[in-house]
Formats: sequence, C-alpha cells, structure tokens
Amino acid sequence: MNILTRRRFLFGSTLGASALALTGCDVLEQNEEVGAVIRSAEGLTMRAQRLLQGRDRLAREFAEKDISASFRVNGTSAPDSAEYGKLVETQFENWRLKIDGLVERPQLFSLADLKKLPARTQITRHDCVEGWSAIGKWTGVPLGLLLRTAGLKLNARFAVFHCADELEKTLDGSGRYYESIDLIDAFHPQTILAYAMNGANLTVGHGAPLRLRVERQLGYKHAKYVMRIEIVDNFGGLWGGKGGYWEDRGYEWYAGI
Amino acid sequence: MDPLTPPLPPTARGTSVLIRRHSIVVRLTHWLNVIFLTFLLLSGLQIFNAYPRLHWGQYGADDDPAFLEIGAKDTQAGPRGFIEVGPVTVPTTGVLGLSKVDGELTPRAFPSWLTLPSFQDLAQGRRWHFFFAWAFVINGLIYLGYGFFTGHLRRDLAPDRHELAPRHVWREILDHARLRFPSGERARHYNTLQKLTYLIVIAGLLPLMLLTGLTMSPGVDAVFPFLLDVFGGRQSARAIHFITASLIVLFVIVHVAMVILSGPLNNLRSMITGRYAIRQGA
Repeated sequence: MNILTRRRFLFGSTLGASALALTGCDVLEQNEEVGAVIRSAEGLTMRAQRLLQGRDRLAREFAEKDISASFRVNGTSAPDSAEYGKLVETQFENWRLKIDGLVERPQLFSLADLKKLPARTQITRHDCVEGWSAIGKWTGVPLGLLLRTAGLKLNARFAVFHCADELEKTLDGSGRYYESIDLIDAFHPQTILAYAMNGANLTVGHGAPLRLRVERQLGYKHAKYVMRIEIVDNFGGLWGGKGGYWEDRGYEWYAGI
Repeated sequence: MDPLTPPLPPTARGTSVLIRRHSIVVRLTHWLNVIFLTFLLLSGLQIFNAYPRLHWGQYGADDDPAFLEIGAKDTQAGPRGFIEVGPVTVPTTGVLGLSKVDGELTPRAFPSWLTLPSFQDLAQGRRWHFFFAWAFVINGLIYLGYGFFTGHLRRDLAPDRHELAPRHVWREILDHARLRFPSGERARHYNTLQKLTYLIVIAGLLPLMLLTGLTMSPGVDAVFPFLLDVFGGRQSARAIHFITASLIVLFVIVHVAMVILSGPLNNLRSMITGRYAIRQGA
C-alpha cells in the first residue's frame, strides 16, 4: 500500500510537473531571452542547409503527369485595390515591374518586355508552411537576368518584393504583402518571376501578372502580385523589419524547412 | 552489464546486491531524450493542426484525397468532431476535431492541452519544433557515438543467436504476458524482447522521424532528392512522420507500463543513479 501511494505520488507529480512545464512554455516564449535561444535554431538550419546545398543545387523538377489536378489558391485570391482592379481590366497593359534601390540602372519592364526575354519553364512542388503541397508548371524570366540588366551596387544584399495585395487591413499599410530573399537565392537558376502557370497566363488567384518562384523555400516566400523589386543592403527599415509579411508575424525569414 | 563489475561472490539466498546498470552517458541522453521528444511531440501536434489531413504521394492539398483527416463538421445536433481514417469515421467531439478552448468548443484537430503552444500558433510551434529537433539530433549522435565506440550497442542491445531462436523468443513472450520478469542473474542483462524493442526504436523509429522530417524540407530535398524516392514524396513522408510519431508514443506507453510492472523504484533508480538491485541465488 505504502509503495502504491508512493508510486502514485511519483507518477502523479511527474505528470503534474510536465503539465506545468508545458503551460509554462506559453509564458516562457514571451520571455525575450528564451525566445532568442529558441530562435537560434533558424540560423543553424540556414547555415547547415546552405553549406550542403551550395549555390546551385536544384529543387526536384517533375514531369507533366505529376502536376496537381487542382492547385490551391492561397493567401490573397484577388487584391481588392482600385489600382489593381484597373490593371486586371486592361490585362496588365499599363503594369510595369520596377526594379530600383541599390542598382546601377533602375529598370521598368512591361509584361510584353518580360515575355520577350529568355524564359525558363519548370515543374516544381509548392510547399505551404501549413503542410500541404501542390505541383505546378511555371514559366518566367530568371530573376538573375533582370538583376544583371539592372546592375547591382556593391553593397546590394537582398531583393525585396513589393506586392499589390494587402493581406491584413491596417491604417498604416503594414498589412501589405512583401517578401525578401538574399542574393544566393536571387541568382539561383530556378528563381524566376513567373508570368505563366500550367501553360496559361498566370491567373489572378495565383498572383497575376507576376509571381516569384524560389523553389528551395516554402510557399510564403513565393510573393504574388509583384509590383516592384527593391534592392537593399538590409530590410530593417521595412514595415516590421523582419523582411516579409509573415516574417513580421513570427515566421522564419529562412523558410527552407 | 558493466565490464568493470566483478563477478558476484556467492552469498546467502535472497539478499540483493546493487550492480552498475546504466552508464552516465546512457542515463543523461535518456532523460534529455525524454524532454526533447516531449517538446517535439507537442509542438508537432501544433504543426499538424495547421493542416490536419494526411496524403500519400508527392503532393496533396484540400482537393486531393486524404487517407486520414481530423476535423469538425456541422450536423443537425450542432458541430461534431471526427477522425476519418480511410472509409471509417469515428466521432471524437471533445478531444479530436472539436474541443474546448477557454470553455468554448472550438474546431481544432488536437486539443489545446496536447499542443505547444496551447493556443493556435503555427509559427511558434515550428520554432519550438526545429529547436528541439536540433537538440534531439545532437543528443542522439552523442548516444550513438558512445554506443558504438564503447561497445554498449553490441554488448547490451544486440541479441545473440541463442536469444533469437524462435522457441526462446516465444518463451519470453509468454513470460511477459504473465508479467513474469527475469530475476536474479538473468536480470543482469536485457531480455530479448527488450533488446529488440530498444533496437527498433533506436535504429528504426527515431532515425525514421528525422529522415521523414527532413524530407518535408524543400531545402533538404534539393540536397538529397533521393529522400523523395525513398519515402514516395513529401506528403508520404509527412504521413510516415505522423505514423512513426504515433508508434513512438505507443512505445513510451508500453515502456512506462513495463517499468511500473517490473519494479518501478529499482528501474527508476537504475536510470537515475545507475545502480540496479538484483536478487542473488534466486
């Protein structure tokens, strides 16, 4: 009997302690130092993956038969600003992709200009941070080509993609979608600005007229409705300062996992 | 177990002696693993909740068939939680699919008392998961390195031919079913069922968790595309990750039950201080 109660006590107290520890985590993560330790794993993951990947290891490319029957539209399904509405009405005739920031020669490209440039087509898997995947065929211009045309300044480090969609309505505009990648990903051969999906013009749901494909990272890095590419040396001054819409809301900047 | 332990001198029947059972490295990595796997499981369930469906193959999303789904649906009697595995649907209101958050029934696959953090926050769940994944890998490498170089794996875990004989294994299964555990000299070593179970966990399930986890990473897939072929795709890897985690939970339940049934204090002491009491002359 004595042993039984002691056993129960041991067992019960262990369970109780772990339950306490776990609810404690909700509070713990608010603690800045604990948060910083937990976050340190992101840097480790990025360094490890980059070390193994090198610059040009490609994401797997699939065959036509592997393409998803239906590709889920995620995030914004249609930007609701009047400006964007007008662009859709005129089939993006007046849309221009602006490339500026730390570049030698700022650029403006129309959709027709982009379509005349050498294109790359790739059938790749899109992985949402939530866990689902879809396979699609993307055609577009290698980002590296556009950046070489613009000529990067010596202090250029990141490409920031400013988008037309506002995922969260805010007074200060901080709900505007944006993303950023570094130059290793920007010049990766599979990093393209896609204007076509599965052989047709990109639909509004999938980011018309132009979306980023950065195939070694998760879906939220693949900015849709790209309006402007700004080359910067840091993204600390942009909105939440973390380099992207979801990054400002707690997600990792390096989304290779 | 320990080569340093001298052979026991003959003593009177019924006295017990303490032998050194677990080395300090085994004890430390064991308890660290308990902590790390607990965090990994609970943050993993948080991540699962963001998309509580499992597919088989390279891709899978809402419109594709899922072989497992945990969700909530509206019925005439109000919302109901369910788990659907293949053609079978089981009502799970209150626990899976639909459970109370701050006293209110809320659609979420796993209940808040099983997820880390308790509230819905995928970003935070991922941060904890990947932090403890690194901790788990480093701890596991220390254990495996130690196990190889000291001979612990070969000496204590690898069963010999005699132990693998069907008749011997069957004998042990019957003994376990009757809750008759080895005592005396035979308790100095793990029995065959223990050896096989621990080996399956150490060399099978835990590495499988790591590999299927890595296969879900688009960055890792670019480095090791063969992982996609081994597991049949990212979505299959996600499914195997979930199933393997369930098997590890099952192992832990049986493991803890066995610890309790075969002398909890002696077992706990051996995993904490390293000393394990065996009866002599039995």
